[in-house]
Amino acid sequence: MNWSFFHKLGSPKWFYDISGRWLPWFAVATVLLLGIGIVWGLFFAPQDYQQGNSFRIIYIHVPAALVAQSCYVMLAAAGIVTLVWRMKLADVALRCAAPIGAWMTFIALVTGAIWGKPTWGTYWVWDARLTSMLILLFLYFGIIALSQAISNRDTSAKATAVLAIVGLVNIPIIKYSVDWWNTLHQPATFKITEKPAMPVEMWLPLLLTVLGFYALFTVSLLMRMRLEVLRREHKTRWVRDALEKAK
Amino acid sequence: MLQIVWLLFTREWRLAWRRPGQLLNPLVFFAIVISLFPLAVGPEPGMLRTMAPGVIWVAALLATLLSLDGLFRSDYEDGSLEQWVLSPHPLALMVLVKVLHHWLVCGLALVLLSPLFGLMLSLPSRVLPVLALTLLLGTPVLSLLGAVGAALTVGLKSGGVLLALLILPLYIPVLILGTGAVEASVQGLPVTGYALWLACLAVLSLSLAPVAIAAGLRIGVSE
Repeated sequence: MNWSFFHKLGSPKWFYDISGRWLPWFAVATVLLLGIGIVWGLFFAPQDYQQGNSFRIIYIHVPAALVAQSCYVMLAAAGIVTLVWRMKLADVALRCAAPIGAWMTFIALVTGAIWGKPTWGTYWVWDARLTSMLILLFLYFGIIALSQAISNRDTSAKATAVLAIVGLVNIPIIKYSVDWWNTLHQPATFKITEKPAMPVEMWLPLLLTVLGFYALFTVSLLMRMRLEVLRREHKTRWVRDALEKAK
Repeated sequence: MLQIVWLLFTREWRLAWRRPGQLLNPLVFFAIVISLFPLAVGPEPGMLRTMAPGVIWVAALLATLLSLDGLFRSDYEDGSLEQWVLSPHPLALMVLVKVLHHWLVCGLALVLLSPLFGLMLSLPSRVLPVLALTLLLGTPVLSLLGAVGAALTVGLKSGGVLLALLILPLYIPVLILGTGAVEASVQGLPVTGYALWLACLAVLSLSLAPVAIAAGLRIGVSE
């Protein structure tokens, strides 16, 4: 197998060039997917027979939650690449993705609370899934805090990578223990998961917004990473050339 | 290998007993935090009994966390941590000895004190052995996980709050299982399942945490 593409990923210049070419495509995909998905979901999808129109927040809530969870896995993967191959770009990705993941978790929590009010009659219940998302937010805060606390860039990168990996090992344990805790303390009154099977007109826009959120995540991650790469390499020739060209 | 373990252990032991006051601090903290709760929520025994497992566990968790803050600091400052990293012996083993010694002087004391506080929070006396047993299984996990955070923040000046931010979310499973066991025991339900899960977490962290602690220390020392 040809691994040269993998080693090229370590070169900031190569990344800057290729991400510049990808970015417009992802941006167009984001606008199209989110635009169609949200308009379809909010205006044209049929009402839920129990929840009426309030269920439509699902088109923001579920995509944000999915991206928030997969972002943490991505952080840990970037952490492993940082520690094993010492690739600087993985460190850049880790640092840039953490705040996006935290925001996605926050959006999922807020939309969940807003959705909870008409459906469950309260903004917050200590439901297992809500609690796990809250803990995920705390894990993100920890990673962001550690990466900002250490001033030396290499040390900060490695320490954050170790923390992300330790967190990933712990996530399943936390998840299961929280599930267990909830079933112990109170019976699971609310189950978002066990809906009657959604009709196509309902889940197709959801699929579009999920893909749209992933595209949005990619766009914002690439933009943040490009800025960070420019900042780190600002003394090199190619950055000066690229900035000259941009003028 | 055994010799180095023994040497390290006696070194830690001697260092700890040179300053016996520091050994007591986490215990006093534990006692004060627990005593705050009856003052805050009122002395009604029924309410204290329902809250007791949670209060004792949270206090134990915070006491462990506070005591871990300085775990590697003096070794880092006087340079002996660098010697550890450079030495031919496996670093993971050496930190394991250090953390286990820490548990022996801090965690074990919490375990031994806990029945007393259980009694003061009016837990029925048949529950007290269960409380001590869950703490006996849970506090090593707290020490080991906390040491990962202490290793990652070793060179930092404002390590304390950051340590809490990094580590407290990871403590949640131990807290849930520990309090769950005590509550089950209060209701007269079997606790074997909880105890086995806690033991499982203890074994898991005993085998994996030293590697992460060693990695964290290497990073901290290289700065």
